[in-house]
Amino acid sequence: MTTALMTQLGYVISAGLFIFGLKMLGSPATARRGNMVSAIGMLVAIIAALLDQGIVDFTWIAAGMVVGGAVGAIAARAVAMTSMPEMVALFNGLGGAASLLVGWAALSPDAGVFTLVTIVLSILIGGVTLTGSLVAYGKLSETIGSGAITFSGQQIVNSLVVLGILGGAAMFCMNPTDPNWLYMVIGLALLFGIMAVIPIGGADMPVVISLLNSYSGLAACAAGFAINNNALIVAGSLVGASGIILTQIMCKAMNRSLSNVLFSGFASVSSEETVVEGEIKPISVEDAYYVLEAATNVAIIPGYGMAVAQAQHVVKELTELLENNGCEVNFGIHPVAGRMPGHMNVLLAEADVPYDQLLEMDEINPRMEMVDVAIVIGANDVVNPAAREVESSPIYGMPVINVADARTVFVLKRSMASGFAGIENPLFYKDNTRMLFGDAKESIGGLIREFS
Amino acid sequence: MSGAEYLLFILMLSIFLGFELINKVPATLHTPLMSGANAISGITVVGAVALAGTGSENMAMWLGVGAVTLASINVVGGYMVTDRMLGFFKKKED
Repeated sequence: MTTALMTQLGYVISAGLFIFGLKMLGSPATARRGNMVSAIGMLVAIIAALLDQGIVDFTWIAAGMVVGGAVGAIAARAVAMTSMPEMVALFNGLGGAASLLVGWAALSPDAGVFTLVTIVLSILIGGVTLTGSLVAYGKLSETIGSGAITFSGQQIVNSLVVLGILGGAAMFCMNPTDPNWLYMVIGLALLFGIMAVIPIGGADMPVVISLLNSYSGLAACAAGFAINNNALIVAGSLVGASGIILTQIMCKAMNRSLSNVLFSGFASVSSEETVVEGEIKPISVEDAYYVLEAATNVAIIPGYGMAVAQAQHVVKELTELLENNGCEVNFGIHPVAGRMPGHMNVLLAEADVPYDQLLEMDEINPRMEMVDVAIVIGANDVVNPAAREVESSPIYGMPVINVADARTVFVLKRSMASGFAGIENPLFYKDNTRMLFGDAKESIGGLIREFS
Repeated sequence: MSGAEYLLFILMLSIFLGFELINKVPATLHTPLMSGANAISGITVVGAVALAGTGSENMAMWLGVGAVTLASINVVGGYMVTDRMLGFFKKKED
């Protein structure tokens, strides 16, 4: 058997392992082993690739792998679960950068048109993924403001950048020996990644992160075409498909189209017509305790505020106290709660909340009428009844968790400032709503002290 | 069948397979799915090693070395952090 054949067989086995691993991710019980299977697939692919007879010097390969592996391992161990979204954003960006470099390095004087086009694609998608992810990282970690950055003439600038990319790409394919066209495409792709993500606000990050995830796969896929490698194409398209599905789920959960998220944002929201009736009714920790003490069915609806306040562990503690008091406790998780798909689930899992206690929106909503107390922790838009009741509201039609159907609603909130989308929330004015103002972690801590 | 049309054929099948597989992943696992997928996108390392090992010390080789390093961060970091996360997911013991 020739080594070339062995390499190809290795790729086939690794593709099978990736597919199997992803299949096992379909259930929390097998997911961890599935990830392991996928990692073994990667190991097989790397070994197969190292059999390549074109490799004469392993020094720099080893150096790159050791340095990269060490950085990755340290980052993976050190990252806090609350920082997961920015970590994933950063990794996406690195994947894009690697594909950009592979596409660039694949350029050879005898490359045909098809190869040149795929080289341009891998550079383009890789470059956009790199800088787009870095901006997303900056927004998620609040190193740059998380708000949408818009300026007049933005559309025109973006259109010029796109035209420049198309023109540069065409010129490059016709004159592959002139590196200046290539540099122009690389520079513009990097610029476009920045321009594409700066106008998108923090609350829309779940969509952006999913989309960039998809791009990092597609970039690997394009690089696979550029260097004629099956393993990159199969693995890259699996990742591409995964990112696209998550993007769709996130968009559906916000009742918005992808183009609406990417190009408009909530910028043009007018706040006049929502006349909210009723008054805000604050409640003290002590009174909240008396209500909870008598409750037999409690639903907790977490949002990004729980992550910010790092309140997941005290929430778990409160859950245990309530359960010991003979109360049933469930969590209602909205698909876009937090900053990335599944963000809340990971935080609560870290705090030892079992996953069968975490209900999706469609499961918790029919049960809401039986709930004595719904506790909203740092969530706002995902529980906003305006999405169902106020036709003029910008989020009208978005599926939300119907907390107002519960007998009593506690909203844990820092102040009366509106949510990320800047939309008035009529929930706060409902007759059965009580506001528990203050830091979520301290408020829950206060409740725990009352219990014990 | 060889060359571009063969690669496109593979691409088409993998995309359909990807959609089928990922649609079955429950919402609670979406973050690990994403970071696990991220690790898989580090597959670029497989293409990069051939470029980094030519021993020719030209620009293509250095680009390859850079790609190996970045993709290795992705692979090792991605799988490890996914494993760490999935270790937290527990069922309720009664």
